[in-house]
Amino acid sequence: MACQCDNEKKNIEKYLQPLEEILNNYQVPAESDIDLKKKKKKDSEIDPLTKKKFLIPVLQEAQDEYGYLPEEVLKRIADFLELSLSEVYGVVTFYTQFHLQPRGKNIIRICMGTACHVRGGSQILNEMEEQLGISSGETTDNLKFTLETVACIGACGLAPVIMINDGTYGRLTPDKVPEILNEY
Amino acid sequence: MSEISLTIDGEQVKVPEGTTVLSAARKLGIEIPTLCYHPDLTRHGACRVCEVEDVAHNRSLASCVTPVIEGMEISTRSRRARKARRRNVSLLLANHPNDCLGCDRSGTCELQEIAHDLSIRTREIEKYEGETRDITPDKTGPALKREPNKCILCGRCVRICEEVQGVSALQFSNRGFDSIVTTAFDLPQSEINCANCGQCATVCPVGAIVEKNEIYHVWQALEADDKHVVVQTAPSIQATLGEEFGMEPGTVVTGKMVTALRKLGFDRVFSTEFTADLTIMEEGYEFLARLEGNEKLPHITSCCPGWVKFAEHNYPDLLNHLSSAKSPQQMFSALAKSYYPDLTGIKPEKIYTVSIMPCTAKKFEKDRAGINGGPLKDTDAVLTTRELALMIKEIGIDLNHLPEDEYDELLGKSTGAGTIFGTTGGVTEAAVRTVKEKLTGEPLERLELGFVGVQDKEIEIGDRTIKVAIVSGLGNTGELLKDVREGTSEYDFIEVMACPHGCVGGGGQPLPVDKEKKDRRAEGLGSIDQAKTIRKSHENPMIKKVYEDYLEEPLSRRAHRLLHTEYRRRPKN
Repeated sequence: MACQCDNEKKNIEKYLQPLEEILNNYQVPAESDIDLKKKKKKDSEIDPLTKKKFLIPVLQEAQDEYGYLPEEVLKRIADFLELSLSEVYGVVTFYTQFHLQPRGKNIIRICMGTACHVRGGSQILNEMEEQLGISSGETTDNLKFTLETVACIGACGLAPVIMINDGTYGRLTPDKVPEILNEY
Repeated sequence: MSEISLTIDGEQVKVPEGTTVLSAARKLGIEIPTLCYHPDLTRHGACRVCEVEDVAHNRSLASCVTPVIEGMEISTRSRRARKARRRNVSLLLANHPNDCLGCDRSGTCELQEIAHDLSIRTREIEKYEGETRDITPDKTGPALKREPNKCILCGRCVRICEEVQGVSALQFSNRGFDSIVTTAFDLPQSEINCANCGQCATVCPVGAIVEKNEIYHVWQALEADDKHVVVQTAPSIQATLGEEFGMEPGTVVTGKMVTALRKLGFDRVFSTEFTADLTIMEEGYEFLARLEGNEKLPHITSCCPGWVKFAEHNYPDLLNHLSSAKSPQQMFSALAKSYYPDLTGIKPEKIYTVSIMPCTAKKFEKDRAGINGGPLKDTDAVLTTRELALMIKEIGIDLNHLPEDEYDELLGKSTGAGTIFGTTGGVTEAAVRTVKEKLTGEPLERLELGFVGVQDKEIEIGDRTIKVAIVSGLGNTGELLKDVREGTSEYDFIEVMACPHGCVGGGGQPLPVDKEKKDRRAEGLGSIDQAKTIRKSHENPMIKKVYEDYLEEPLSRRAHRLLHTEYRRRPKN
């Protein structure tokens, strides 16, 4: 079989095309275009010529596009923003909003706040884990569900409570779990 | 700038605005323990080991990051200050393996020293029950070993890699209790854009980053009856090894080091300076060819394996500017397994080559693809200055009390041109001396180049002006190489050393280290060059002999096979 390197390269280019469109919106002015007065004066000021200040919005847009942040995408972002990959990785792992693994179509959030804890939130979690065959923080193989715990969703009156995407399910008992999952 | 007055432990002191409480205290000779603070790096304030009390404002503060304010009444000794420091050190120890006896840094660990000074006892540490970190160590690296369980998150490695080296291979990742210093995607050291310079290991206060130890293999070779073990010592070692035995930085211990190596059982003790002279010959002729052909200027040096790997990752388009000459270490080893067997009748398979290097990247270099001149491995083992000191200490020798001895002759004689390979600017000076004499017959005056950052100089050679630049610290290469990339560089010759201060500041040198110590090491090394009689590589009689006997002339076919190599493109991230 002939070498597939070219194909692979083309595939990656195609895969990164949407990212390139995002990055296009994050350009810095050319050094010659910049007003001398606007140049960075103090260490505490953000240098108008560096691109690294765009990191978080770029990551957010890229995650919206791809559903998560694949390694190839992060490498391209690092190159574009003139950062090292470890710096980008450090930021991605710091914020819980960013994900390095593919996410399910439906995000299940089980509340573990005080009221839910008292009223049996962990039993709901156990039943969910049992039904889906995954642990908290994981995604099902068919990418249908991602299971997460959260500290409090502010609906203590409904404890124990969970959210699936934007929908709320309150006053739960473990036996209601299969029924709820069937809706999705 | 206005002066601020405050009291520290009852003593009045006036310091300029912006001074930290720590600096003000040290000015008075008051010692406060520190871990995350390092004089060569930005301030971080992460470890809280330097806490003191400001009685006037009723607060506890981290002295390394707090600027002085008028009227402060600092107490470093109050109950509150003392308790805060004890508590913070105990908390660090509560999530630390504390297996000090078996740790590479036992005896040079800053955390161990502070715990000792504060007399922290086990019961204090055990008060803090709870989870401890359990992360697999990364021992895959060719040069460095990382043990995140020992890490105290001081960030000194992160800062030196980013601020000084401009590599940022290491960063903090995750958050809270899960925070660790790691590589992108936790990849092993062997698979990332790390230059293996080992600067992280020189600032790590604990045993979380250390060189990959090869002492065991060297002892095995020394103890094997059928091995002929030859050792080469890099130029800078003679000016730094003494520190491991309590001598002042910059003390030259060449003769004592040779005696110690003989006592360790090495069959022949040679100096890398001999092949440093050879590198200068090969590289000098290469530079001459470039000058005359007027192509691919500037000529960029390649004797530093940390710089070479950095260039392969970040400047793959400029690799054709790099000299193809191998580093002195690899030239030496190539000859030790080809020319040396011819001369002595010892079979190359029986020869085991060890090099004593200031450097962790040399450990990587010895296993580079295509680095060997023949079927055998040219360099069998690389020991850092620190590892050599450990071996000497193991057999109960105190370097201070040794008589002096001379290198073995055959590959031992050097000119002093090779000696200054160990500081920045040394390579350039040595190469230009040879080139100038070749072209004009006139000797070259000392270049008097400084040690730090980027330096440049114009040198008249005949009717031509040669512009040289010298840069140390990978983070300082940016501007210079940007110009080369854009074709606007005004330089003909650029020397790059990965470590700040060159090899005297190398990743394998004695610890702890700061700029001031490196300056003194460089001065020590420079004094050897001044003292030597022959200072031009091409006048070294051994160099003349090796060309007459074996290599014919610089850049000959045989020289190419044994003394030159190739570089390869590596991914940026």
